This record gives sequence, C-alpha cells and structure tokens, in this order.
Amino acid sequence: MYYLWVFLIGGFICTLGQVLIIYTNITSARILVTFVIIGVLLEAFGIFDPISAFAKAGINVPIIGFGASLAKGAISAVESKGLLGAFTGGLEATAGGIAAAIFFAFIFSLIFKSKTKS
Amino acid sequence: MYTNQTVIFKNKPVIIGSYSIVGPKEWKGNFGPYFNYVMKDDCFGEKSYEKAEMKMLKTAIVGAIEDAKIKASDVNLLLSGDLLNQIISSSYAARDFDFAFLGLFGACSTMAESMAVAASIIDGKEFDTIVCSTGSHFSTAERQFRFPLELGNQRPPTSQWTVTGAGACVISSKGVGPRITMATFGKVIDFGVNDVNDMGAAMAPAAMDTMLAHFRDTKTTPDDYDLIVTGDLGKLGSEILIDLMEDQGIKLGLNYNDCGQMYYTRNQNTFSGGSGCGCSATVLNSFIMKKLRSGEYKKVLFMPTGALMSTTATQQGETIPGVCHAIVLECDESVKNIKISQTSNRNVKNKKEEKTNRTSISKSNEKNIKSNRLN
Amino acid sequence: MDKSMDIKKRNEMYNNYVQAKIPKTKAWPSLFYSFLVGGIICCIGQGINDLILLWFPNMAEQSAWAYTLIVLIFIASFLTGIGVYDKIGKFAGGGSIVPITGFSNSITSPALEYKHEGIIYGICVKMFTIAGPVIVSGVVASFIVGLIYLFI
Repeated sequence: MYYLWVFLIGGFICTLGQVLIIYTNITSARILVTFVIIGVLLEAFGIFDPISAFAKAGINVPIIGFGASLAKGAISAVESKGLLGAFTGGLEATAGGIAAAIFFAFIFSLIFKSKTKS
Repeated sequence: MYTNQTVIFKNKPVIIGSYSIVGPKEWKGNFGPYFNYVMKDDCFGEKSYEKAEMKMLKTAIVGAIEDAKIKASDVNLLLSGDLLNQIISSSYAARDFDFAFLGLFGACSTMAESMAVAASIIDGKEFDTIVCSTGSHFSTAERQFRFPLELGNQRPPTSQWTVTGAGACVISSKGVGPRITMATFGKVIDFGVNDVNDMGAAMAPAAMDTMLAHFRDTKTTPDDYDLIVTGDLGKLGSEILIDLMEDQGIKLGLNYNDCGQMYYTRNQNTFSGGSGCGCSATVLNSFIMKKLRSGEYKKVLFMPTGALMSTTATQQGETIPGVCHAIVLECDESVKNIKISQTSNRNVKNKKEEKTNRTSISKSNEKNIKSNRLN
Repeated sequence: MDKSMDIKKRNEMYNNYVQAKIPKTKAWPSLFYSFLVGGIICCIGQGINDLILLWFPNMAEQSAWAYTLIVLIFIASFLTGIGVYDKIGKFAGGGSIVPITGFSNSITSPALEYKHEGIIYGICVKMFTIAGPVIVSGVVASFIVGLIYLFI
C-alpha cells in the first residue's frame, strides 16, 4: 500500500521540476541544484525525516534525498568530530552515490558512444 | 543619413556548379528529392561528428567542382565557413585542396556572405573562379551550443534543429547558369533577445534591416522577385519578420518563405524548423539552384541570417546579435523567356523523375543523384 | 544618451512582442508524463530497496538506501550508454531529471560526448560539466548547515 504514497510523492516532486522547466525555462543543471538545496534545507529544518517515514523512496530517490543525506552527514559528523565534521560529513554520507555515478559513467563511456538524435 | 550597403555587379558573375550533401533526417524532409548526395548515417564513416563535418564539406566542394565541369587547378580561391569554434571544419577541409583559402564566419548567413564576397572579387576581375561552401552538423552544433546528445532534457517549442548538411557552389566570370546580380551586406543588429532557444526572434530584426536596405538601395519591391527566401528564421522568426516588415510599410506576400520553416515535415519533431549554415546552403544549392537553372524562378532574393552568439558571451549575460546578408540571383538569359506553362509541364515531368530517384535511393541510400540540368 | 534610451525602449518593446508571439504549448500533458515517469522511477527505487532488505534482513536502513541509489545510478548510466535515457527524458522532462537517475545521466552523457578528446581531457575533465554544480552547491550548503549546528 505504501507504494501509492511513494508513487504520488515521487511523482509530485518530479512534476514540480517540470513546472520549473516550463514556466522559468531553466536548464537541467539548475533544476538539480535547486532540488539539492531544497533537500539540504528540508534536512536542516528537520522536515525531511517525517516525510521520509511514509514517502520512503518517493523522497529518497529524487535528488532531494541526495541533498538531505549531505546535510544529515554534516550534522551528525559535527556532533562527533566538531568543526572537522562540517568538512567531512556531507561527502562521507554521499560518497557511495557520487563514486558509483563516476565509476559507471567512466566504464560506460569507454564502452559506448553517443548517438545522434533523430 | 543612410549609407549604401548594396553592390550592383556589372559583370554578373555566374554560378556554374553547385552541390549539396545531407544527412538521413534531412533527406526525409521536404527537400529530400533535390539533394545530390545522402549520407547513410550522421557519422559518414568517420570516428567523430567533427570529422564527419569536415568530410561533408570536402565532398561538397569536390562535387561542386565536378558539377561545374572544371579542373580543380582552375579554382583560384575557396571561401568557406561553418559554426564550429575557429571554423575548423572549413579550414581542415581546405587543407586537402590545392587552392587559396579564405575563412569566413557569418554563423548561419555564411553562404550568402561567401557568395557576396566571391561575386565582388570576380566582378572586379581579380580572380576568375571561386568556390564557396559552408556546412553544419546537428551533433557538433548541439555539443558546442547546447548539451551532450545523451542528456535527457526537453527542447522548448521555439527551438530549431541544426541541419546536418553542406552545400558548395562554383562562381565564375564566364559560363552558363544563374547569375549573381546584386549583393547587400548587412549590419549587425541586436534587439536585446537573450533566449538561446529562440534564434528566430534574435535574427529577424537583422533580416528586416538588410531587407529594408536592399529595397531602398536597389529601388525594388518584394513584387520584383519570384522568391524571397530567408535562411533559418524558422516558423516563429519568419512570422516575426513579416510583422516587422509590415510595421515598416512593406508587405511580404506569398513569394516570401524561409528555408528553415520549409525544411522538415511536420511530424519530424523539429518544432520551429531547421537552422544552421547547412540549412540555407543545402536549400540554395539544390532546390533553388535547380529552379533557377530551369527558368522557373527568374529572380530570387536569397538572404540567410546568422546569430553571432557564443556560449561564453551568452553565459556572461550578453544578448544575441544577428546579421543578414542578401544576394540577388537571376536565371540565365537562355532560360529567361521560358513561359510558365511550359515550366510547369516540365515540373510534372521532374516530379516523376524525382520519384524514381527517391526509390533508387531507398534501395541504396548512398547513391549519387545527378541533378538533371535542363540546359 | 537619448539614443541609448531609445534602443533600450525598442528592445523592451520587441522582447515583449516576441514573448506574446511565442506559441503556447499545452503544459498538462508534459506535467502528467513527468508525474507518471517520476512516480514509476521512485516505485522502482522502493522495489529495489525492499528486495535488498528481503535478501539481507540485517542490513542497516542507511546502507540499504545507499545500495538502492547505487543500483538506480547503474541502471540510468547504462540506459544513457545505450541511448535510451535521452528518449525517456524527451518524453518525461522533469520526471527523469529530478530523480537520482537524472544526476547519473548528467554525469554519463558528457563523458560519452567528449570521449573522442581522450580519456584524461575528454572523459575525466568533462564528466562534471553538468553535474559539477550539483556537488559543489550540495557540499557548500551542507558545510554551512554543519557550521550552524556547531555553533548552536
């Protein structure tokens, strides 16, 4: 049953992105940046976890989740390591995703070639 | 208050040969049957799209020289340009030829720019035979001006599709063929448009300015031409141009059209139409040249527009300036008196031939279609 | 001075005119598709997460999410490589940009595009032309948040 929530909330967040594309004409890089910052802010104000409890992948899969784990990592690392945590925490928490994206991009760019559109 | 921008050629340089080469998507478009050569795929047997663009230009130049039935050693000068940084396609294509090279950059207006310069040099009797060429490639332009090909983004409704194609023509002081009688060099005009996805709107004011200058300098009206054709304003841009000209008191009638707007069929998902150097170059060197040779068009005003933008400038907040150069092409004396009824008969016959051509290409895509010259 | 004011006014008028002239497309279909595709991608993510927890019941929730994202990134990267992701994107717009798969696509697509410039100057240098700002802004924002938490 919670898949319905996942679908609705995930779909809603993506539609917000599409609204931004249509009405402000911004490029995909700016959309990603906007949503990452939204994620960081949601986590900083403690709103992310209550939503995540019932939306699950609906909010973790959109790039908002990436922003939230950056903030979450920074906050928890600050608690254990102090100032150093503010530097290391964010990337530590998201290192898996970033490394995966870099690694797969590297491998696939060696194998495949970009094709023209038609 | 006004300075003269138009050159009227006394010796009327002749276009003795022309050649066009396009990609598969362009072949499926409205001008499909008129092109000389269709590439099997966008790579053209090369490793990268940039290399394919160089090869395309080279093929077009060789084809035009062959079509003119002259030797390569007769050519004095090559005038060429394209959209890439440092116009690499043109200069790299030129290194394989044994004649002088002059690189031009007029963005999508390069075809008219090169022809106007060539005609001026020939009219001054300095050189005898000059080759003009230009081309563009969708994939190279997309990478340079927009995003990587595989990025999953949507194209806005005002965006245009860069034509994959190259055109070349040989201009000479003597011979038979369409003649260049006048050329109007355009000013750089900027009306403050900064949307990179809306090139038509950025270039329309430049087209208006050059058109006004042309009509003023030559004392002609739109009715004096069988066809007035702009380069790649697209659907939106050509509508804007019609409005702008109306504001200036000149009505563009049915004889006005735009290459970009006509280029693709409606279901090819190109939104506002075709763009790029290749757009006007391939249409001029196939469709328009054929009609001029047969005498169906007597007098054509060809005025491609170019958006002189770079990603660096637009990212720094600059607006997009446009430029437009116009040339007047007239058919040869020998076909000037052909009556329209006769040509329309010929037209039907041509269409049948085109149909057979079309099927023959579908059998082997990479087949050279010789344009059937009537004289 | 007078003339520059004139040009400014002319440009403003022209831009307003162009804005009015731009064909208005219907927004609803694209909004619907982005909702649909975005929802489906999130559901796939949830499915992967559930499967991981089913097979490895002892895994911490945090690590399960990390694995989920890695799998999604792998799928998106592969689809980009075989030239399918841009077709989904053309159809779905925001639906395929906003999920983490869009992030993966924006790293893989420039890597593919600049392959011909070589491994170092092509793939490695250009990989972050689109996704770079995401990491930079995310890291800067998370650092600021961490700093604020340090002082309160």
